[in-house]
Amino acid sequence: MSTTSTKLSVSDLDASYGDHQVLHSIDMDIPAKEVTALIGPSGCGKSTYLRCLNRMHELTTAATVNGTVQLDGADIYHDDIDPVLLRRHIGMVFQKPAPFPTWSIADNVLAGLKLTGGVPDNADEIVEKALKGAALWEEVKDKLDKPGTSLSGGQQQRLCIARAITVEPDVLLMDEPCSAIDPVATARVENLIHELGENYTIVVVTHNMQQAARISDKTAFLMMGELVEFDETSKLFSNPSKQETEDYITGKFG
Amino acid sequence: MDGASPDSRSQSNRRALSDIRGERASGLRERVIEGGLFACAAASVLTTLGIVVVLFMEAIPFFFDVSLLEFFGSTQWTPLYADANFGVWPLVGGTLLVTVIAISVALPFGLLAAIYLSEYASERARKIFKPMLEILAGVPTIVYGYFALVFVTPLLQQVIPGMGGFNALSPGIVMGIMIIPMISSLSEDALHAVPDRLRESSYALGINRIQTIWYVTLPAARSGIVAATTLAVSRAIGETMIVAIAAGQMANLTMDPRESVQTMTAYIVQLSTGDVPTGSLEYQTLFAVGALLFLMTFAMNVIGQWFARKVRNQ
Ligand SMILES: Nc1ncnc2c1ncn2[C@@H]1O[C@H](COP(=O)(O)OP(=O)(O)OP(=O)(O)O)[C@@H](O)[C@H]1O
Ligand SMILES: [Mg+2]
Repeated sequence: MSTTSTKLSVSDLDASYGDHQVLHSIDMDIPAKEVTALIGPSGCGKSTYLRCLNRMHELTTAATVNGTVQLDGADIYHDDIDPVLLRRHIGMVFQKPAPFPTWSIADNVLAGLKLTGGVPDNADEIVEKALKGAALWEEVKDKLDKPGTSLSGGQQQRLCIARAITVEPDVLLMDEPCSAIDPVATARVENLIHELGENYTIVVVTHNMQQAARISDKTAFLMMGELVEFDETSKLFSNPSKQETEDYITGKFG
Repeated sequence: MDGASPDSRSQSNRRALSDIRGERASGLRERVIEGGLFACAAASVLTTLGIVVVLFMEAIPFFFDVSLLEFFGSTQWTPLYADANFGVWPLVGGTLLVTVIAISVALPFGLLAAIYLSEYASERARKIFKPMLEILAGVPTIVYGYFALVFVTPLLQQVIPGMGGFNALSPGIVMGIMIIPMISSLSEDALHAVPDRLRESSYALGINRIQTIWYVTLPAARSGIVAATTLAVSRAIGETMIVAIAAGQMANLTMDPRESVQTMTAYIVQLSTGDVPTGSLEYQTLFAVGALLFLMTFAMNVIGQWFARKVRNQ
C-alpha cells in the first residue's frame, strides 16, 4: 500500500491574518495520488491551511505566510514562482459551487483553458471527458449550451469539479465540497472524490467524520492551528494516538 | 434591561396600566402622522400624474393640425418659419447624437472608475475617490454648459478642423463627464455584489486578475452595468442646460459632431423663453416635443429599473 511518494511537503508553516496567527508550524507530507482529509473544529484553520497550499491565502489583505511548501520538491513560495501559473498545477474547489454566470455548461468546463492559453481543437472531447470524470455527463449532455447556473446545487458542484480537472492539475484542493448540497448529491460527489484519488492528489476539508472515513486514505486532525495527528485514516479513526483526537472523533467536543 | 428582577417588572406593569389612556391619545397621534405622511406621498404622486396628464392633453390638439405622419415622416423642423415644417427627426437626431457622444465618454471612464474602486482600490483610496466622483454629479449643469462653451469648444476648434462655435461634440463630452458618477457608482455597487467565490474560482484555475475581471466579474455584474447605463442615457436625453448653451439652436439632422444641433430639450427652452402666443400651433409644439421626450426618458427609466431590480434579486 504505502509505496507512495510525497506530492506536497509542508514544513514549519505559519499563517496569519494581520496580528492574528492562525497556523502554527505545520509539518506534513501529503502523499501523491491519494485522498487526504483535513478534519478539526470550526475555526481551527482548515480553510486557511488549504489556501496556503495554492497561494490563495496571500490574496486576503494583510495575510502572511511563513515556512515552506514544496510541490514535487520545489518551493512554491520561492520568488521565481508565479502564483497564477502555480494555481494551474494546484486546483481548488470551494464549499459553495460557483459556476461562472453567463457562461454555458460547456464553456464553464473549458473556462480554465479558454482564459489561459487557448482551447485545443478537440474541445468537445475535453468537455465530454471532464464531465464524465465528474460524473455529470449523462445529466447534461443534451444541454451543454445552457447556462451553468441553471443546474441544481449538486450538479453545479460537479460542474465546478469538472472545470477544475479540465486544466489537469496535479493536486486538487477541496474545501467542504459537500456541505452545501443534498445527501444524494453528496453521495455522488463522495464517490467521485474517491475515484479521482486514483489519478490526482486530493486534499479535502470536511466537517463530517463519516465522510472523511469513507473517502480518504489519510486523515489530518487540526486543532487551534496546530497539526495534532496525521495518519492512515483507518488507524486514526480506530486507534488514534492522541487523546485530543480521540475526544474529537468520539464527539466529546467540537 | 433588568426585567428579571420582580420589582422592576411590577413597576413596568403598573406604568403600562396607568398609561392606557395616554396610549390611545398617542394612537390618535400616530394616525394623524401617518395620514400626513400619506398625504405628502400622494401629493407628489398626484402632481407627477397631473403634469403627465397636462402634457398629453396639450399635445393631443397639436396632432389635429399636424399628422403623426408628418411629425415622424418629415425631416425638417421649422415650426417658426413662414413655410413651417413639423418633422421631429432633427430634434430627436440632435438629442441622440449628443447622448451617444456623452455615453461614449461616460461608459468607459465610469466603468474603469468602478473597476478600480471595486477591484483594486484600498479601503482608504475608496473613501477618498468615491465622494470626489459624487461631487462631479453635484455641480450645477449651467456651470458645465458654460465650461463646454468657453473652454472645451475653443480647445476642440484648435485641434479639429471645421469645428463650429456651437457643436454637438463639446456639450456631448462635457455631459459625459457629468454622468460618469452615475455609471461608476451603480456599476461599482454591482461589481461589489459579485460574490468573492467567483473571483477565487477563477484565480484557482490559474486565470489572472485582468482576465478574471473582464470575463468573470464584469459579466456577473452585467445587469447592474446595463441598469447604470440606461439610467445615464435617460439622464443625457433629458439634460437641458449644457446643450441649450453649447450646442446651438439650429434644428439640424446631421451625424457630424462638429455641426450645431438642437436637442429636444434645447428646443423647449428656446420656445418657452421666446414670445410665441399661447394656444398657437407653435406653442403646441412645445407639448408635442415634451410628450415625446417624456416617453423616451420614461422608457429608459423603466428598462433601467427593470435591470436594477434584477440585480437586487440575484
Ligand atoms: N479573511 C480573514 N481575515 C481575518 N481572519 C480570518 C479570515 N479568515 C479566517 N480568519 C480567522 O482565521 C481562523 C481560522 O479560520 P478558517 O476559516 O481557516 O477556519 P476553518 O477551520 O476553515 O473553519 P470552518 O470549519 O468554520 O470553515 C479563524 O479564527 C478565523 O476567524
Ligand atoms: Mg473553512
